[in-house]
Order: sequence, then structure tokens, then C-alpha cells
Amino acid sequence: MDFGGINPAVLVASLMVASVPIMLAAIGELVVEKAGVLNLGVEGMMIMGAICGFITAVQTGSPVLGFVGGALGAAALALVFAVLTQVLQANQVATGLALTLFGLGLSSLMGQGYVGIKPPLTGQVPFGPLADIPVLGRIFFSHDPMVYLSIAIIAAVWAVLKFSRMGLILRAVGENHDAAHALGYKVTRIRILAILFGGAMAGLGGAYLSLVRVPQWTDGITAGAGWIALAIVVFASWKPWRVLVGAYLFGGISVLQLNLQAAGARIPVEYLSMSPYLITILVLVIMSSGKGRASMSAPAALGQNFHAAR
Amino acid sequence: MNRRTLMATAALGLGLVFGGSANAAGMDKVKACFVYVGPVGDGGWTYQHDQGRLALIEAFGDKVDASTFQENVPEGADAERVLTQMALSGCNIIFTTSFGYMDATNAVAAKFPDVKFEHATGYKRDTDNVSTYGARFYEGRAVIGTIAGRMTKSNKIGYIASFPIPEVIRGINSTFLHAKKVNPDVTISVVWAYTWFDPAKEADAAKALIEQGVDVIVQHTDSTAPLAEAAKTAGVVGFGQASDMAAYKPSPRVSSIIDNWAPYYLKRVGALLDGSYTQVDSWEGISAGEVEIGEITDAVPAEVKAEAEAVRDAIGAGTYHPFTGPINKQDGSAWLADGVTAPDGDLLGMNFYVEGIVGDIPQ
Repeated sequence: MDFGGINPAVLVASLMVASVPIMLAAIGELVVEKAGVLNLGVEGMMIMGAICGFITAVQTGSPVLGFVGGALGAAALALVFAVLTQVLQANQVATGLALTLFGLGLSSLMGQGYVGIKPPLTGQVPFGPLADIPVLGRIFFSHDPMVYLSIAIIAAVWAVLKFSRMGLILRAVGENHDAAHALGYKVTRIRILAILFGGAMAGLGGAYLSLVRVPQWTDGITAGAGWIALAIVVFASWKPWRVLVGAYLFGGISVLQLNLQAAGARIPVEYLSMSPYLITILVLVIMSSGKGRASMSAPAALGQNFHAAR
Repeated sequence: MNRRTLMATAALGLGLVFGGSANAAGMDKVKACFVYVGPVGDGGWTYQHDQGRLALIEAFGDKVDASTFQENVPEGADAERVLTQMALSGCNIIFTTSFGYMDATNAVAAKFPDVKFEHATGYKRDTDNVSTYGARFYEGRAVIGTIAGRMTKSNKIGYIASFPIPEVIRGINSTFLHAKKVNPDVTISVVWAYTWFDPAKEADAAKALIEQGVDVIVQHTDSTAPLAEAAKTAGVVGFGQASDMAAYKPSPRVSSIIDNWAPYYLKRVGALLDGSYTQVDSWEGISAGEVEIGEITDAVPAEVKAEAEAVRDAIGAGTYHPFTGPINKQDGSAWLADGVTAPDGDLLGMNFYVEGIVGDIPQ
């Protein structure tokens, strides 16, 4: 069951783990952008989630509380963004970039006393005999709870956006905030809630990095994962299940190239490293040309500020 | 410019003049300043440089003011600004502790001939007030290579490499040669991470190696993530890099290579104080105390520990050079004849694997 010296079951299992942080951050950003807000501060929110989650987990000894703390910490940073852009009408692009820089600095400050400490361990979900099934057991039944939770969140976001009244309102706000306002929906309030959700998701992703995947705190732990999450949202053309595909693709190729190297395969590393970005460009070109154009489906009011007086 | 800043500038100018003239005959008080590429809390590279700074304060007391340092200085234009600021504020000697500060260091040094500049791991010395210093980390790699060769049960060693530069390639070759010496069946898998510091990627690389059956991991990246990953699998061991990484004792961290800059900093500042300071291109190793081997833990059998310490002591005493022939290059062509030791020029420009390592160095 080996392919070029690599066991595919092991590869799939590790790409599922590697993709969790970017998947969570991307699904959060998807909801934010569906509501018509462009928050470029994902990287900053992720790293705030990483440090807040780490501190909470170390202080309480509970990984679960750690994840909650990470989500809350990042949501608090997202609230800053929400106040600036939704209440004070600041430019979303500039505010988002500032949020990233602020998050990186603040997390470094908060993490001063937490370098070199080991967080409490997050265990696997006990599936009992299921985990011993060859191949499938390794792929599906040998992970920590966050792997399953992240997939559940994708499904939930998909269902809410597609089938519920709440999803319809959110999309209306993102497509045409003036019309939504005229119908009596509270555009600003809905957008602030979406931004907070996006922050919490980015925080969960960041906490996953510092509590499970690396598990430790070091300055700059996210190392650009937030930007990849932003790219995945565009790659996924704002569709939840495609976020899952995109995250597995990006995470998978990064894991694959390391595994290929470890297995001694003679494939130039550089080509594999750039392939996700090549695919993104390719998808964008195909989607934005001719008939595919409609399916591109960027929210029409994306990045535009809304003020009820206008 | 108000009167206060004017007077401060004048006083500073005087200080510079006297500082310069007093140089030949030694100085009463030296202000030593440091530029760091990362935060002091990185637990690795920058942390160790800061330990050297603290050693200065400890050793010289009132005679040296080593309280000035700046963290997280980006390599590039910002570095030049920081260096100029430091030179203007009365620093007598400035240590720039990352390779990327090379051009900034030389540019600023040309403008301040009375200030001494010390650039870590560089090779450019455009003016005679610039010295460069590095450490022979490959000597430490020889010691941990010996431990790695003895400790592996699967005969597979994994190596997480950063960038394909001579410094890193030298480390891989030294590790492999010494692992092979004690264990002829050993193979080494090299994973290029293309980063000095990315904990998630380093952890993934370690995981990929472990899944390939590797049970000893050597890293040339700065974070402790590979050790954290190794800790998840029983029987996998690794080594601390740059600093001791003692949090992972006694296993998976079974030993470490420690950069100890204190002896060099003490020597240079001491020379400035007593007037014997001259421009140097320093490349010291275990014998000068710049490369240290961290405590070998009880997870290593006593005879292996003794063997590794013997290698360390022989290198330290100068009786053994880690690159002593016969050594062939990867393609089988001869590099060093029997008994010949590698000249420094070959080591500094090393761009090939030695015989027995599989795979290509990325170009």
C-alpha cells in the first residue's frame, strides 16, 4: 500500500491535521465576506487566538477552555475591527492590514512569559475498535476533536447559508446593503456579528496551531497561515465546501512535498511549493472568463462601507 | 534644534573625538551595543547572543555599558537606521548578529571610522573597523552525529534543513560522516524547509520524517517544534539547536549544540579596553568555547555518551578534525586524501554532499 515510498493513508491523515488551521480561518472569513466585509486581518486574529488559547490552556490546564479562550481573544480583536469599520466607517483594507500588524505585536507582548512551556495535551477522540480498521481507521478515526469539529463547522455554515432565513439575510446584506436596509434589516449589527464569528473561527485555527499542531508558543507562530486562508476564500469562490477542498489542497501539498522529500523522491521541491498558487490563479482565470463568470459569485457589496444616512 | 539637544550633540561629538583618540592606548569605559534579528525570547539564536551580552555586564561591571540592544531589527534599510542611531549615541563597539546585516554594517562603518563594528557570520570587511565572526558549528554536529548513529534503531536519521547554503550543507555532511563512522548502515533523509523559523512547517517536516521510519531527528531550524513533535512518538530522539532547549530533557532532547558567544564578546571588548584591539575574521569552535555540547542525558547509554565526549574532547584539543580524509564527494570523486584535513576555504564554500548521502541539493 505504498506509493513512491509514502503510505497514502498516513499522508491523508496528516494532511487533514495540517489543514485545520487554514480551514477554520477561511470558513470564518467566508462568512465575513458573504456579509460584504473584507477583513484582511485574519493573520492577526489567528495569532491572537494562538496566544490567548495557549495562555488559557496553560493557566486552566484544560485544552477545551484553551480553544474557547483562543476564540474569545481573537473575537475581541475582531471587535476592534468591527467598531472601526462599521461604526466609525474606516477603510476596511487599511484597517484589516493594521489589525494584522497590531495582532502580531500584541501577541508577542502577551507571550513574553510563555516561551518554552508545554501546553496540556489534546487527546484523540476515542473511537475504540474503529481506529484499528486498516487504512480507513488511520484516515478517519485517529484524530483529535478539532479535526471533526472543523468539518462540522463547514457543514453548518453551508447549511445555514443555503437553507436558513438567517443565511438569506446575511447574503442579502453582502449583496446589496441598501436594499437590505430598506427591507428593515440591521445591516451594521449583522455585519458586526459576522465579523465576530470570523474572528472566533480564526482564533480557533490559531489555537489549534499553538495547542495541537506545534504545541508550544513562539513569536510569529502562524507564519503566514492567515494569508493562505484569505486566498482559499477566493479560490473557493465563496462556497463552503470548496473551502474544505481548498484547505485540503493547500495543506495537502505542503505535507506532500515534505513527505516526498523525506521519502527521497526526486521531485524538485520548488514546483510542489508553488503549485497551490498556480492552481488558484488557474481557477480564477477559468471562473472569471465567459460562462463561468456567474459562478464566481463574489458578494456584490464586498468591501463597501454602509451608512444608513446615505 | 533647541539648546538641550545642541549641547547633547556637542557633548556627543567630544565623546566621539576622545573615544577615538583614546583607542590606541585602550579605553577606561566601553559602550557595547547589540542588534538582534529576532526577539530575545526566541529560545534560540538571538537568546544566545543576548546571553553573551549579559556575560559582558557580569565580567566587566562598571567598565562596560552593555545595556543597549535592539530586538527584531529587520534586515535591510531599517538596520542601517538603527546602526547609525547607535553609532551617534556613543556606542564604541556594535555587534550585528545576523547575516543579513552585512551591507548595512559595512555602509554605516564607513561613516563612523572610530566606532568598531562586529558582524556575525558575514564575510565583508570593507573598512578596517569591521570585523567578522562565526562559529564552527560543524564540530558540534560531529558530536551529535556520533550520538545519532548509535541511537538510531531503524538506521534512518532525519535532518530538517533550512536553506541550501554552505553552513547548512556542512552540518549535514558532518552529521552523516560521524553517524556513518559508528554505524555503517545508517542513511540520512534531508528535508529542506526553506525557513529558519516556521514552527508549524518544522513540526510537519518532523512528522513526515517520523512517518518514514526515522527515529533520530537533527534540525538546523530555530524553533523547538521538531522536538515537540518527536515527543509524541515513543523512541524518537532529537537535539537542541542553537540553545540548550532543556525543556525537552531527558528525551526526546538527548543533547544539544549550544552557540556560546560570550568568550568572543569578552575577548573583543576586553581588547578594546586594553588597547590591543585589531580587525579580525574569527571562526572558532569547541576549543575556544564558542560551540558547546549540551548535557547528554541518561536516555543515551553510558558508552555512547563516553564515545561522544571523546569526539568532543579530541576536537577541542585539536587532535581531530571532523573533516579528515579519506572523504569522497557524493559522485564518488575524491575530495580529501587519506589523513588530509579540509582547508577552511573548502568548508566555507561547501556545496556538495559527501559520498553516501542520497538526494540532490536544491539549486
